[in-house]
Amino acid sequence: MTLVRPADGELAAFAPVDFGAFVRERGAHAPVMQPRMGMSDPAAMRAGLAATKRAAASTVGTITLDSYTRVGDLGAVTEALRQGIALNGYPIVSYPERQTAEVLAGLRGRDFPVQVRHGSPVPQAIFAALIRLRLNATEGGPVSYCLPYGRTPLADSVRNWEESVRRYAALREQGVEPHLETFGGCMLGQMCPPSELVAISVLEALFFHHHGVRSLSLSYAQQTNHEQDVEAVWALRRLAGELLPTENWHVVVYAYMGVYPSTPGGCYRVLGLAAELAARTGSERVIVKTVAESVRIPTVEENVAALEYAAEAADLGRTGTPRMPAGESQTYLEARALVEAVLELDPDPGRALVQAFRRGLLDIPYCLHPDNRGRASSYLDEAGRLCWADLGALPLRHLVRPAGARQVSSSGLLADLSYVRRKFDEECAVLPGGRGLPPEQQRRAIVSSR
Amino acid sequence: MHGGAALVADRRPTVVVSGVASDSHTWNLVFLQLLIEELGYQVVNLGPTVPDELLVEECQELAPALIVLSSVNGHGFQDGLRVAGKLRDCQELAATPLVIGGKLGIGGEQNERQIGELLAAGFDAVFQDGATGLADFQRFINTAAGANRLAGSPGVPA
Ligand code: B12
Repeated sequence: MTLVRPADGELAAFAPVDFGAFVRERGAHAPVMQPRMGMSDPAAMRAGLAATKRAAASTVGTITLDSYTRVGDLGAVTEALRQGIALNGYPIVSYPERQTAEVLAGLRGRDFPVQVRHGSPVPQAIFAALIRLRLNATEGGPVSYCLPYGRTPLADSVRNWEESVRRYAALREQGVEPHLETFGGCMLGQMCPPSELVAISVLEALFFHHHGVRSLSLSYAQQTNHEQDVEAVWALRRLAGELLPTENWHVVVYAYMGVYPSTPGGCYRVLGLAAELAARTGSERVIVKTVAESVRIPTVEENVAALEYAAEAADLGRTGTPRMPAGESQTYLEARALVEAVLELDPDPGRALVQAFRRGLLDIPYCLHPDNRGRASSYLDEAGRLCWADLGALPLRHLVRPAGARQVSSSGLLADLSYVRRKFDEECAVLPGGRGLPPEQQRRAIVSSR
Repeated sequence: MHGGAALVADRRPTVVVSGVASDSHTWNLVFLQLLIEELGYQVVNLGPTVPDELLVEECQELAPALIVLSSVNGHGFQDGLRVAGKLRDCQELAATPLVIGGKLGIGGEQNERQIGELLAAGFDAVFQDGATGLADFQRFINTAAGANRLAGSPGVPA
C-alpha cells in the first residue's frame, strides 16, 4: 500500500466539502449510498474507504469507531492492538493523528466526503480528534447515543453533547462546515413505534441547531412494515420542514437495524426495500447492511456488493418525482404531539429532553436505561405494523387507543424481534432462481424478479 | 438495571445476567432474563456496559446461584477474559457457576483456542453462537444452578 504522507500543517489547511451540501446535491435524484464500516487495522480501513469510493454507485465514506473507544476505555484498545486482537471498529482516539491522516490521504476529497459514526454518550475525546483531523461529518445525539448505549445518565450525556456540538460548530469560524446526523431515528434498532423515532430524530436535529450546527441530516431506520415506513419518512420530512430553521438538511434511511435475515436473498430483499423506501420518499441517503449482518462484521467486498445492490434497487424503486402525500397522517400527528409536548417543557432543547424522559413524555419500549420510564410498550400487529400496547405517560391519549399491556415471554419476544428475519428469509426462499446462487447472480435474480 | 437490595422476600435462587464492559447491546439481556425467569429463577439484570468492578461488587453482594454474561459486539472474548479473572479472584465467587455466551469475536465463527482460554480463565461454560444453542444452555442451567437450587444454598458450587 502506498501512503501519501500529508505535510505538516496540511491538515489544518485542509478544507473539506460540506457533507450535507454534497449529499443534497448528489442525492437529489437518487439516494447516495453509505456503508457501516470500521476496522482496527489502518491499512484495512484505508482499503475499505478506497473500495467504497470505487464502488459502482454514488457513495460517501464511513469510519465506524470501535466499542472501547465508544465507552472511553482506551486502555483496552491498547491491550487489543498489542495482542493483535481485531476490534469492531477504528480506534480514532488512540491512533496518532498522522496515522488517520494517512488513512484518508488522497481518498477523501470534494468528490468523496467521509463521515465518522460512533455511539458515545461521552464523546468529547472523539470530537476533539475529529476537529483536529478536519473530519467534518459525524452522527449521534444526546438521547440516541445515550439510552441505547449504556448507563451514562441522560443529563450527563446532554451536557457532554452540548459541549461537543458547540466545539464542533466552532469549525465554522475556520471556514469548515460541520455536519451532524441524528441517530434518533433508530432507538434500540427495533420495536420502537415510528412516531417516536421521528419525534426524537427531529428533537435531536433541533438540539444540534440550537448549539450552532447548520448542516444537518435526520435519520429514520426501516422497521417492520413498508407502508408504515413510507408514512413515517414523510412525517419526518414534513416535521423537519416545519421546524428546522435551516434549508441545509436531508433525510438518511437506515436499512433495518434489528435482527437481520440469515439468507443472502433475505438480506438483499430487506436492503432493496430500504433503498426503495428512500427512493419513494425522496430521501437523499441510505446506510446499507450486508449479508453478514446477522453473524459478524462484514468484509469490504460484502459492503461493496450491498452498496451497488442498493443503488440498483433505488433506481428501480423510483416511480416519478416523489410527492409528499396530502393530509396529516397518523404517524405525523403522533410525532408532532410528542415534539410539541417536549418543546413546551423548556426553551433549551437539552433540558426539555431530560425533563421529557423524567416525566415519561418520551419513553422507549424495552429500554433498560435507568432514565427511561419503561412504561410504554409496543407490539407487532398481523401486518407487521409497530403499534402501541401501552402508552405509559406518552402524550398521545387523544390520538391512540393502545391495545393494552401484555405479558411477554422469551419466545414471544424472540418471535417479534425475528419477524423481519423470518418474513424475508421465507419470502426469498420462494423467489425464482434466488436460492443457492452465488451472491452476484442471486442479486441479479432478485432485482429482476421484482 | 436495578441493584440487589429489594429482593429479600423472593425464595427463588438468584441469577445475575449482565453485559460486559464495552458492550451496549440489551436485547440479548432482556431475552436472557425472560428465559431464565421462565426456568424458575429470579434474575437481577445488571444491564449493558457493566464495568468490571461493578459486576464484581454486585455479585459479591447478591451471592447468586449463577452468573450469566452475554456479549454480542465482538469484544466478548477480551472483555470476558479480563473480568473472569477479577470474579474468580474474589474468595466468595471463586466457585460460583459462571458462563458467557453470544457472538464473542468479530469473525462469526467459533475459535477453539479462544474458547479454551475463556474456560481456563474461570468460565464453566462458553456458549458461542453457531457452536452451541439455547438448548445446551438450558441443560446447563438445569444441572449447574439447579443443583444449588435443590440444595437451597445459593452460591455454593454445584
Ligand atoms: C439491534 C442491534 C444493535 C442496536 C442495539 C440496541 C440495544 N440497546 O440493544 C444498536 C444499533 C444500538 C447496535 C449498536 C452496535 N452494534 Co449491533 N446489532 C444489533 C443487531 C442488528 C440485532 C441484535 C439483537 O437485537 N438481537 C436479538 C437478541 C435477542 O439476540 P442476540 O443479541 O443476537 O443474542 C442471541 C444469541 O447471541 C444468544 N446469546 C447472546 N448472549 C448469550 C449468552 C448466553 C449465556 C447464551 C447461552 C446465549 C446468548 O442468545 C440470543 C438469542 O438467540 C445485530 C445483528 C443481528 N443479529 O442481526 C447487531 C450486531 C450484534 N451489532 C454489532 C456491532 C459491532 C455493534 C456496534 C459496535 C456498532 C458497529 N461497529 O457496528 C454497536 C455497539 C456498541 C457497543 N458499545 O457495544 C455486530 C457485532 C459483530 C460481531 N460480534 O462480530 C452485529 C452482529 C452486526 C454486524 N454484523 O456488524 N446494535
